[in-house]
Amino acid sequence: MATVMPEAAVFQGLSWNPLTDVQQLFTYPFMVNALAAGTIVAVMAGVTGWFMVLRRQTFAGHTLSVIAFPGAAAASLAGLPLAVGYFGFCGLGALALAGIAGSRRSLSAESAAIGALQALALALGFLFVTLYHGVLNGLDSLLFGTFLGITTQQVVVLLAVAAAAVGLVAIAARPLFFASVDADVARAGGVPVSALGFGFLLVLGLSVAETSQITGALLVFALLVTPAATAHQLTARPALGIALSVALALAVTWLGLALAYFSIYPVGFYITSLSFGLYVLVRLGRALGRRRRATARLALRAA
Amino acid sequence: MTAMATSLRPDTGSRKGAAVTFNGAAVRLRGRTIWSDVSLTVAEAAFVAVLGPNGAGKSTLIKAILGLLPLAAGTASVLGRQPGVAKGRIGYLPQRHGFDSGTRIRGVDLVQLGLDGTRWGIPLPGSPSRKRDAARVAEVIELVGATTYARRPIGELSGGEQQRLLIAQALVRRPRLLLLDEPLDSLDLTNQAAVAGLVRRICEEEQVAVLLVAHDINPIIGYLDRVIYLAGGGAIEGAPEEVITSETLSRLYGAPIEVLHASDSRLVVVGQPEAPFVHGDRHA
Repeated sequence: MATVMPEAAVFQGLSWNPLTDVQQLFTYPFMVNALAAGTIVAVMAGVTGWFMVLRRQTFAGHTLSVIAFPGAAAASLAGLPLAVGYFGFCGLGALALAGIAGSRRSLSAESAAIGALQALALALGFLFVTLYHGVLNGLDSLLFGTFLGITTQQVVVLLAVAAAAVGLVAIAARPLFFASVDADVARAGGVPVSALGFGFLLVLGLSVAETSQITGALLVFALLVTPAATAHQLTARPALGIALSVALALAVTWLGLALAYFSIYPVGFYITSLSFGLYVLVRLGRALGRRRRATARLALRAA
Repeated sequence: MTAMATSLRPDTGSRKGAAVTFNGAAVRLRGRTIWSDVSLTVAEAAFVAVLGPNGAGKSTLIKAILGLLPLAAGTASVLGRQPGVAKGRIGYLPQRHGFDSGTRIRGVDLVQLGLDGTRWGIPLPGSPSRKRDAARVAEVIELVGATTYARRPIGELSGGEQQRLLIAQALVRRPRLLLLDEPLDSLDLTNQAAVAGLVRRICEEEQVAVLLVAHDINPIIGYLDRVIYLAGGGAIEGAPEEVITSETLSRLYGAPIEVLHASDSRLVVVGQPEAPFVHGDRHA
């Protein structure tokens, strides 16, 4: 076999020559699929994550990601493709969350109900894994992600779902922004605030289902929240913020996949660490900037 | 409690030129009648304060004008249409507690939302409509005097600065009617008078009728045309010096009320049946 393959196709490890290293990344079809899937997921997570952070719905987003885990476990148990479990459970989870939000109790009652749902989801996931008996091929990859074995068909499904979701967000961008920032005024102006909230939860459910397939259910936040939260720290301009959120998600995904390819550590670890590192850097930078401005003001006053 | 509604001085404007007309109107919320038999007229380009104790239904009146709450009885006409029909020609600023310091939205984007926040799809950058929108946003921000801080995140601004930007947002579509629900709450006295002066100027320059819900008439009385006083399940409408009197308010409350003129020319209302209420007092 090895004799048929071109020389570059042999895994060589890190050569420290950027050109050959990048070339190497695109040699194997599994890696090309992983990069394509990662790119699609990063764009979608960057867009929906920006709105999720704006709407302060990260707890709902986290719950959806926990719900993704029993979804994948149930699909394994039933012998169905994992994607069916991810999309099915996250869709149902979004409906449940919309129901909780729609009942309009106090904010604390709402978060308590979401928390209860989250605990149930984790317990169900564990039950399905136990029922599966045999070695569930990679419980850890359900929870913490993998980039191995992504098929071209999976990439096509990811692309179709992401295109639909991003397209919907683009169509509703301004009313959704309005409803997120100023629900009362938006409602008075004729924006269907409740319908948009419901629709956004569904799109968020789709995003979580997609992201779970790369980062695993527990590390969805690395792509969905951290790049978006970093973008919100960097700029208050909406269009620029969304672009930054997507760019950061893409950067950590590509870098994370490359690092995982050249090392023995899982991709979820790299993506999470990279986005966390960026977030901390930006927060530190902003804190330093504020302090410098404050000192400058004091100096000005003293002068 | 006796419900009543009296127009002490027939409005100078003709009925056709009215921004808002209520005729024997009533609103019920969860089985409780908030107010009933309310008849009033707000003339075009008039500056009207909506006053009354807590729970008298001031915000309810605003929501009824917006068409967000249905009338249980009577009729209403808003800009010549049924309430809720002329949405695009009404600017609305709801009662709120301000944006917290973590809100990373620029004032200019907030004002822009007042213009295009209800439109679907994404405009092409550099299109003529986008340039026109940007020019209108800049114009209205200039009008409220917020140009210097409109590009900073709104959470970092003071209450008065936030309020000016929100008024700009309500004004950006050139409404014929502006509904401001307690815009002076949480502002200090100087800022209350400054914002009231701004609203007066807008009223005249933009020819827009304004209903402003307020706790305290004193910082704004010099700028007002008319007053709507809600209490005791009814409402009274008229010029401020006619409405805020012992006789009129006693009739409205159905109980003896005294309006005192303090030495600093402030008006103080005492003797309300529910709880002693002094204008300017903040009830929690």
